[in-house]
Amino acid sequence: MLRFFARRFVSMLLVMFSISVLVFLIFFATPGVDPAARIAGRNADQETLKAVRHDFGLDRPMPVQYALMMKKLFISRDLTSFVNRGAKVVPQVIQAAPVTLSLVLGAAVIWVLISIAMGLLAAVFRGTPVDAGLMILGLIGISMPVFWVGEVVNLLSQSRFHDTFLFSWVPPLGYVPLTQSPIGWFKALLLPWITLALLYIGIYARVLRSSLIEAQEQDYVRTARAKGLTEKRVLLRHSLRTSLIVFVSLFGLDFGALVGGGALLTEVVFGLHGVGWLTYQSLQNLDLPVIMATVMYAAFFVVLANAVVDLVYAYLDPRVRTV
Amino acid sequence: MSEGLAAAEVATHVGVPQSAGASPWALARRRLLRNRIAMVMVGVLALILLLCLAAPLYADHVAHTDPFSSNLDGTTVVNGKTVQVMQPTEGGLGLGVTPIGPTWDLHHYFLGADNQGRDVAARLLYGGRNSLLIGTAAALLTCVIATLVGLIAGFFGGIVDGVFSRLLDVVWAFPVYLLAISLSTVLLSSGLSLGIFKLESGTLLLPIVIIGIVYVPYVARPVRGEVLSLREREFVEAAEGLGASTWRIIRSDVLPNVITVVIVLFPLMIAIDILTESALSFLSIGVQPPDASWGTIIQDGQGLLYTRPTVALAPGIAIAITVLALNVLGDGVRDALDPRAKLRSR
Repeated sequence: MLRFFARRFVSMLLVMFSISVLVFLIFFATPGVDPAARIAGRNADQETLKAVRHDFGLDRPMPVQYALMMKKLFISRDLTSFVNRGAKVVPQVIQAAPVTLSLVLGAAVIWVLISIAMGLLAAVFRGTPVDAGLMILGLIGISMPVFWVGEVVNLLSQSRFHDTFLFSWVPPLGYVPLTQSPIGWFKALLLPWITLALLYIGIYARVLRSSLIEAQEQDYVRTARAKGLTEKRVLLRHSLRTSLIVFVSLFGLDFGALVGGGALLTEVVFGLHGVGWLTYQSLQNLDLPVIMATVMYAAFFVVLANAVVDLVYAYLDPRVRTV
Repeated sequence: MSEGLAAAEVATHVGVPQSAGASPWALARRRLLRNRIAMVMVGVLALILLLCLAAPLYADHVAHTDPFSSNLDGTTVVNGKTVQVMQPTEGGLGLGVTPIGPTWDLHHYFLGADNQGRDVAARLLYGGRNSLLIGTAAALLTCVIATLVGLIAGFFGGIVDGVFSRLLDVVWAFPVYLLAISLSTVLLSSGLSLGIFKLESGTLLLPIVIIGIVYVPYVARPVRGEVLSLREREFVEAAEGLGASTWRIIRSDVLPNVITVVIVLFPLMIAIDILTESALSFLSIGVQPPDASWGTIIQDGQGLLYTRPTVALAPGIAIAITVLALNVLGDGVRDALDPRAKLRSR
C-alpha cells in the first residue's frame, strides 16, 4: 500500500510539472505569439518592444523564464501581474478561492442529493414512463449551455419576476461572504447553485441508475433477497452501496475540476469573483502570470482529485494496487 | 458486442457472403430504425440542418435583409405601418435606442433585431450553420486523432503506449474549458504557424481544431482500452499465426471492432462540441464577427437581456434542442450497437 502511495505521489508531481510546462509553452512559446507585443500594444515600435521584453524578463532563455516564474509562484510567492504592475498574484487567487468553494460546495450538495433520488427512482421504476421521464429530464439539464441557463435565471429573477413574491428575495448579482452574513451568502448563491447543479444532475442520475441496475443482477443481491430481506433494504443497503463507487469516483473528478475554476461560466454570468472569474479576467487582458497561477491552481485540484479517487479505489478494491 | 463482431470478422475473412440477417451492422441498423424516439430525433436534427442550410434563401427571399451588416437607420413594417428598426427607448430619459422586438411576422424581423439592427431570425439560421459545422468537424477531428492514438498506443504497447498515455493523462488533467480557452485566447490574434501548417486566425478552422484537440482523450482512452482487450483475443492471435502483417491485423481485425466505440461516442462528441463552441463564442474567443454562431448571438443578446430577451433566448433554445436530440440519438446508437451497454461512458 505504501509503495502504491509513493508511486501515485510521484506520478502526481510529474503530471503537475508537465501541465505547468504545457501552459508555459502555450502562452510563451506558441509560434507566432509574442507576449511582449501584447503588453506593449498593437502599434509599439521595435525600441519599445525591446524595452518591454527586457523589463518583463522575456528576453531571457525559455527555461530560465520558466524556472523564474515557477520560483516566484511557489517558493517566494511574489509573482506579480503583467497588467496591474505590482499587484501580487498569489493573494488574488487565495482571495478568490472561498467564492469558488462556496459555489461548488452548495451546487455539489444539490446535485448529489437530487441525482441519487432520481437514480434510485429510475432504477426502481425501470422500464416505465417514470424511468424514461426522469432520464429525459436529466438529459435536458445537460443539453443546455450553462451560461445561457444562468442568463435565463437572471432574466427571471432579476428582471421579469423580480417584483413578485417568487424572486423578490433575490439580491443583486455578486457574492456575500459567509462570515459577513450567512443568510446573505445563502441568498446570493442559491440560484447559482441550482444553475450549476442542473448541469450535473442528469449525468449522475444516469450513472447511478445504470450501476444500480447492474448491481441488482449480482449474486450478493440475490443472496440478500434469498435471506428474505425487504426489497427496500436490499436496494438501499446492498445495491446502492456498491453502486456508489462509480458515482463517488466521478464526483471526485468533477468536484476537483470545479473547485479549480471549472465553474468559470457560472461565475462570469452571476458576477461571482471566484477563481474561474479571475482566470477569465486575466485571459481577457492576457495577464500571463495570473493565467499561469490560476491554471496551475486548477491543475493542482484536478490532479489531487485524480489521486484521491485512485486511492479510494485502491482502498475499496485491492486488485488495483498491484497494477 | 464483441462476440457478434468477432463472428463477422471470421465471416469476412473466410469470405462468406454477408446476408442481411447475419451482419451485426445490419442488426444494429435495424435496432436503431426500430427505436422510435431516436428516429424522431433524427427527424428533428434533419429539420434543423435543413433550416440552417436554407439561411440564404430566408435572408434573401423572405426577410429581405443582410444579416451581416448593421442596419441602424433601417425601417420595417409592423401591422402595415412603417417603423424604425432601432426605436427610441421608452421611459428613463428617452435617450438611446432599443432594437425592435419580435414581430412574429416571418417577413419583417420575426425574432426582432439585435443592437446592430440586424435580423435575429436570419442570423440564427446562419449561426446554426457555423455551430453545426464546427460541432461536426471538431467531433470528426477528435475521433480520427483519437482512433489513431488509441490504436497505436493500445496495439504497440510498451514505450509508445507509455508516451501516449502520459500525454493523454496531461491533457486529461487539464480542465477542458481552461485548455480550450487558453488556446483560443493565444491563437485568436495571430493564428498558428508551424512550418507549412498554417492556421489563420479569424477563420472557423481555429475553433474546430482547438475543440477537436481538447477532447481527444475522451475518445482515445476508451479506444485504447478496447484495443488492449482485442489484442488478447483469439482471432488476433489467429491472424498473427497466419502471418498477417501488423498493418493488416490493425486494419482488418482491430479497427472494425474499435470503430463501434467511436461511432457510439460520435453523436455525443458533436453535442459536447456544440456546447463548447457556444461557450467559447460567448466568451468572444470562438467564432469571430462578422461571422455568427449560436454562441455569438447569445453574447450579442447579453446586453439586451432585460429589454429584448429573445435575442439571447432563441439561440439558447436552438442549442438545447440540437444537443438534446444528439444526446438522445447517441443513446439510441449505443443501445443499437452495444445492447449490453458495455460502453456506458457517461
